[in-house]
Amino acid sequence: MRPTELTIAEGLAALERRELSAAEWAAACLDAVERLNPRLNAFITVTAEQAMAAARASDARRARGEAGPLDGVPLAIKDLFCTEGVPTTAASRILDGFVPPYESTVTAQLKRDGAVFVGKANLDEFAMGSSNLTSAYGGVENPWKRGDAPGVRLVPGGSSGGSAAAVAARLVPGATGTDTGGSIRQPAAFCGIAGIKPTYGRCSRYGIVAFASSLDQAGPFARTVEDCAILLRSMSGHDPKDSTSADRPVPDFRAAVARGVKGLRIGVPREYRAEGMPAEIEALWQQGLAWLRDGGAEIVDVSLPHTRHALPTYYVVAPAEASSNLARYDGVRFGRRVLRQGDDLRAMYEATRAEGFGREVQRRILIGTYVLSAGYYDAYYLKAQKVRALIARDFAEAWTKVDALLTPTAPSAAFAEGEKQDDPVAMYLNDIFTVTANLAGLPGLSVPAGLDAQGLPLGLQVIGRPFDEEGVLAVGGAIERAAGFRAAPEVRA
Amino acid sequence: MSYRIEGATGHWEVVIGLEVHAQILSRAKLFSGAPTAFGAEPNSQVSFVDAGFPGMLPVINRECVAQAVRTGLGLNAEIHLWSRFDRKNYFYADLPQGYQISQYAHPVVGKGSVEIELSDGTTRTIGITRLHLEQDAGKSLHDQHPTKSFIDLNRSGVALMEIVSEPDMRSPEEAGAYLAKLRQIMRYLGTCDGNMDEGSMRADVNVSVRKPGEGFRTRCEVKNVNSIRFVMQAVEAEARRQIELWEQGGTVEQETRLFDTARGVTRSMRSKEDAHDYRYFPDPDLPPLVLDAAWVEELRAALPELPDARRARYMRDFGLSAYDAGVLTAERETAAYFETVAAGRDPKQAANWVMGDLFAALNRTKRDIASSPVAAADLGALLDLMADGTLSGKLAKEVFEAMVDTGRPPAAIVEERGLRQVTDSGAIEAAVDAVLAAHADKVAEYRSGKDKLFGFFVGQVMKAMAGKANPALVNEVLKARLT
Amino acid sequence: MSLDDATVRRVAALARIRLSDADLPRVQGELNAILGWIEQLQAVNTDGVEPMAGGAPEGARPMPMRDDVVTDGGIAERILANAPDREGDYFAVPKVVE
Repeated sequence: MRPTELTIAEGLAALERRELSAAEWAAACLDAVERLNPRLNAFITVTAEQAMAAARASDARRARGEAGPLDGVPLAIKDLFCTEGVPTTAASRILDGFVPPYESTVTAQLKRDGAVFVGKANLDEFAMGSSNLTSAYGGVENPWKRGDAPGVRLVPGGSSGGSAAAVAARLVPGATGTDTGGSIRQPAAFCGIAGIKPTYGRCSRYGIVAFASSLDQAGPFARTVEDCAILLRSMSGHDPKDSTSADRPVPDFRAAVARGVKGLRIGVPREYRAEGMPAEIEALWQQGLAWLRDGGAEIVDVSLPHTRHALPTYYVVAPAEASSNLARYDGVRFGRRVLRQGDDLRAMYEATRAEGFGREVQRRILIGTYVLSAGYYDAYYLKAQKVRALIARDFAEAWTKVDALLTPTAPSAAFAEGEKQDDPVAMYLNDIFTVTANLAGLPGLSVPAGLDAQGLPLGLQVIGRPFDEEGVLAVGGAIERAAGFRAAPEVRA
Repeated sequence: MSYRIEGATGHWEVVIGLEVHAQILSRAKLFSGAPTAFGAEPNSQVSFVDAGFPGMLPVINRECVAQAVRTGLGLNAEIHLWSRFDRKNYFYADLPQGYQISQYAHPVVGKGSVEIELSDGTTRTIGITRLHLEQDAGKSLHDQHPTKSFIDLNRSGVALMEIVSEPDMRSPEEAGAYLAKLRQIMRYLGTCDGNMDEGSMRADVNVSVRKPGEGFRTRCEVKNVNSIRFVMQAVEAEARRQIELWEQGGTVEQETRLFDTARGVTRSMRSKEDAHDYRYFPDPDLPPLVLDAAWVEELRAALPELPDARRARYMRDFGLSAYDAGVLTAERETAAYFETVAAGRDPKQAANWVMGDLFAALNRTKRDIASSPVAAADLGALLDLMADGTLSGKLAKEVFEAMVDTGRPPAAIVEERGLRQVTDSGAIEAAVDAVLAAHADKVAEYRSGKDKLFGFFVGQVMKAMAGKANPALVNEVLKARLT
Repeated sequence: MSLDDATVRRVAALARIRLSDADLPRVQGELNAILGWIEQLQAVNTDGVEPMAGGAPEGARPMPMRDDVVTDGGIAERILANAPDREGDYFAVPKVVE
């Protein structure tokens, strides 16, 4: 088997059996990147030399019997994680030239466990978007093609589009992403791979470029649920440098994946049956429920009455927090500065931010600034945080009846670049099934479950109780086994 | 007697409120582990958190919270066991994150009060509205380069307490007394060093004026005044400016002003439109600050004796006057020094020596009490040498000067210089006889009524004995010989 | 809630993002579309509901505190390494006149 075909679990086993070296695995991935990235644009920065050096060091550790849980595994790192000594852009011009002198906690832990970083993956600028089209470094091509229109470039979803595309195209077996409103789960669904956003506080936010502090969470992408579990274990854990980090031990997530769903109660929230939802997605949802029923789970109808308010709530809270988090991008201490002859400090700020931020980012900053401005705080931000509390309460009540929920991940398969772009609100509707988990701080997993009539992947989403990633992974694993999703994209290593 | 300013249309009353920013004494900053020491090389006391780098997050320093609680307790204020941090959003080069982490809606300390003493002997209670924790900003230097300002972030993130008073003050003197009292309390508690010249305590002065009996009129804020003297001057200058405006038929606009110390007037700050739209919202990087009631009680139990209580104790237990007690308790170090000297001795004598001779010596040698050339124990020993008759008061003063110069203990100096008081009556008698014999004419004059000459004889005897004779004995012997 | 020109300009000024006259109509239109859509929140009954504090799902846990120990600083070179304009050990910006 070519190294790029290996899952993380298979690769670790092959490394252990000395059938493969980390250097070989990394070289195969770098070769795939070199061949396919010019087309896919999944990576902003490729760190080939560092990757080979890390791979060789990994092989040496393994030879000494000191291999860590991820030793030798090549990964793509979403370019939102600050990586020491490696340019970090957040896909924005405003961070031109920024080389962080520090490492994010999540990537430090991955390194600690022996992972090999192949490069920094493309994303929507500052993680704001559902298509990767807002990136200052250009869009990412979804490696999947429509059967009836194979020449049309499709989006990989967003904001973690580069991470998802890189994994789907087998450039790397795994990647990190972040999820604020669906930015791991939706691209995972669009790219036919697995992706999980853990409970808020499960992974540290230290060193991750902040978008919306009360919603952001790091999480893994991989082709299998088991691989996601393996990565999530290394990424998770209490961090004293993050005051919102949960002080909880990290369970063995991998062990949960094969658990099965016998005796579990799976909820079907009726409000997720959106008007105009494509029949194929409804059908896949029903199929997923049937698989779980066959596995011994009980299917229960539940109601989450405030679901329809989730998107507007999210689009008050997230921009508000972002408008404040992005105030530090001002051309004073790092990144790009735009200063014309005769400009004063204020003009420098205004020009730097106008030229450095793309349109979507500027829109969200302006919305956020407005909803926090004098006289509007109560009507918007405070109101939204109250509606958010109601949304969280809906879930808390659901957990008295069920152990997990099953829903579609996205309202459509991957769409074409060109569709939906001009209308911000239409673009926001991509997040309709995913934002609730961010607002309530709950773990959510997307699992590839089938293909639509065009041969494009569709995902199902599992949402679970706070800190019950194990339960979510168990349900996800059951769906994965039942679905037997073997399809692979047209564009791949 | 109330303070009034005479205007063209009559008397005006001044209403003053103060917002004091006090830097907390701690080793590390409020939300980062960088150090807080003053005067270091630029940008050497800065962490990535303080510099607002991408992905950086705040983690609160427990000791800074404790210092705020201690200060609140010293201000007789309510401690809020639940409080919250908010972001105050604005752009400035010395504010790296583009927001200051502060407490807006729910401060850690609520209502309290302080007593101030005025020069006419009256006391007034000034209300405290609240005290909250917040970050300090960095420093901008505008005079280092023709076209650039320089930014040093060493101070960025240092913990501040913002202490807001009620608008209870009515004169420059009250404002000055309030500031002095705040400073004294914080220095006693060790929560802030109150060094206004170093910027560790700064005052924003809110001033309005009104005709007696009216409600409040519009106030202006005079920002960042950095000495008590300037605060008092600024109050008067701003009050007069406002009175003139009102009397000319104009209106006072609410605005922020600066005090021009050279010209003694306030002037408007450059227009800061939107400066007041700080878009406060709860900081999503920080859960609420929840304090354990038992922890607060531990802090309360461990508080040092506060200045007012100490002053009352000195008056009660040592019989000192309010004035003397006030002087001795003005600084904690002075009080500690005094108590060492007074322990087991006459407190009034101790008080006189500390406030008189010691303070004069400190003044002369330009030292403060913490670096006094005379140790408290040594001054105490000097008092003992007077009490046991070894030294007369006059000799003691001589010994004291030698102690100031050499730092040596009094017993050593007495021995070395042979300054022991002479109490041997035989020696005194001999000296008296010699003096009287040498001035027989004056003896005659004295005996015929010129009483004043007694002092002359005393002086001559003391001179003959190199000042070492016990004065009381000299008097006794002279009297006996002259009658 | 519809934003007029002056409000859009004021918001852009607060956010320190230069807004050209040419861009104003487009931005205004986009913001109004988004705000119009957000307005639906006003219809939700939130009487007696405590706003969610932050993102933690099981209610906010109290703030963790660190010891008063110096663990950082003394890294001026790394702090200044990314500076667009540096003068000695200072960040430099256009001169501000107060």
